[in-house]
Amino acid sequence: MHKGFIRGISAVLIGLWSAMLFSETEGVFDEYRAMLGDDNPAIFVIFDGEEIWFTPAGPKSASLEQCDLGLGPGVVEGAYAQLPRYFADVDRVQDVEARLEHCMTQLQGLTPAEVHGKPYSLRGDLGTELEALVAWIADQSSGLAIAPMQAHAKERATYELGERLFYYRAGPHDFSCATCHEQGGRRIRLQTLPNLTTYQGAAEAYSSWPAYRISQGIVRTMGWRMRDCMRQQRMPELVMGSEATVALQTYLAVNGAGAPMAAPGLKR
Amino acid sequence: MQLLAFILFSTAVYANEAYNVLLDSMKDKNFVTLERLKQDELQEFCSQPRSASLDEVRAAKLREAAFKGVPIPTGERYLGDWQLGEKVASNGRGLQYSDDPEQENGGNCYACHQLDPNEVAYGNLGPSLSGYGARGQSVAMLQYTWTKLWNTHAYNVCSHMPRFGAAGILTEKQLQDVMAFLFDPNSPVNRSQP
Repeated sequence: MHKGFIRGISAVLIGLWSAMLFSETEGVFDEYRAMLGDDNPAIFVIFDGEEIWFTPAGPKSASLEQCDLGLGPGVVEGAYAQLPRYFADVDRVQDVEARLEHCMTQLQGLTPAEVHGKPYSLRGDLGTELEALVAWIADQSSGLAIAPMQAHAKERATYELGERLFYYRAGPHDFSCATCHEQGGRRIRLQTLPNLTTYQGAAEAYSSWPAYRISQGIVRTMGWRMRDCMRQQRMPELVMGSEATVALQTYLAVNGAGAPMAAPGLKR
Repeated sequence: MQLLAFILFSTAVYANEAYNVLLDSMKDKNFVTLERLKQDELQEFCSQPRSASLDEVRAAKLREAAFKGVPIPTGERYLGDWQLGEKVASNGRGLQYSDDPEQENGGNCYACHQLDPNEVAYGNLGPSLSGYGARGQSVAMLQYTWTKLWNTHAYNVCSHMPRFGAAGILTEKQLQDVMAFLFDPNSPVNRSQP
């Protein structure tokens, strides 16, 4: 029932969006956001995510209820705000997506290949289970301060790695994350670019993902955002839950630590 | 001296670690392969914060190497067709794994620069180039601009701008057309008033 409703809402939103594309100004996004008020179509995706969490799946026909997101098995409230963090059972730092992959393979018996088959929607899709799960899990931290763990040596090393990756220039265009995101008051075409090396820029960016993308009619996760930035940098495809994506997200989360989570956000 | 060696060594190890992590974290997609993760000397040198102080000796060497690598355009023809150049400047496609490799690459100049003052959707990572032709039409000015487009590091090591000629993003012909878009008195860069 949710899916049909989302489809309807998405169609309406995409229609509105197309009509607005002509003016192409930042003001339009603000007007649109104001029009929606406190409403965010992500709410339907959040409902889906909650349902998926509690529904038995995979060869083991198990739900994710025993999944430990860092605060103990089954504790979802507040977990997202403290990610990425070190997990002793895998001896590595994980973001929400790497952790979900771990739970899906360990608890539900899915293969990594199955989890990685299509973690993120392609344009025109109606959303993946992973996106719905992440939307719900993030929503369960809404209003809580971004507080990624930096107690374990591997957590601190992950931050440092993230910083180095942020400045790593490569590819035919010599781009790095820093090309677009280490200065304030800049834009690409009309798109404002946050300075992710500062508290304010990192906090605004990190707290608003996952987000409902109006132009795409789906919820996008921070993992997807990282992958898409790499695509725009002319790099190969960034793997969901990989060491690099976890390190980059750690860099952002720590830079933005203290700001309240406001995800799922609403973006153009 | 030992300290310097240590710093150089640890920088190399760091860069290497970042490369290895990226290699493990990415996969080939369409025509874009892991080969792109390898850094050349300039990329490796420029992978640090803006605020970091550069090794001036190495920077000077890289600047010189970049400058020496810039070819004079065929027949010393710096200026092509500004209308074609305008298309190159507006086109943001090319070399992303989502792009069609059969189509020619764009320069995506508007992503970072103001050009035609009537175009409102311009970025500001780079300076405004509106009215660029009024800066001069001398051979020296043409050569300077050609060099800047071909390999920006010939003047400004670790500039954020892509090496459009040296990296093979744009062809010589496309660069001649972009040059005309910048210099031609009839180009909207030089003619239009908002």
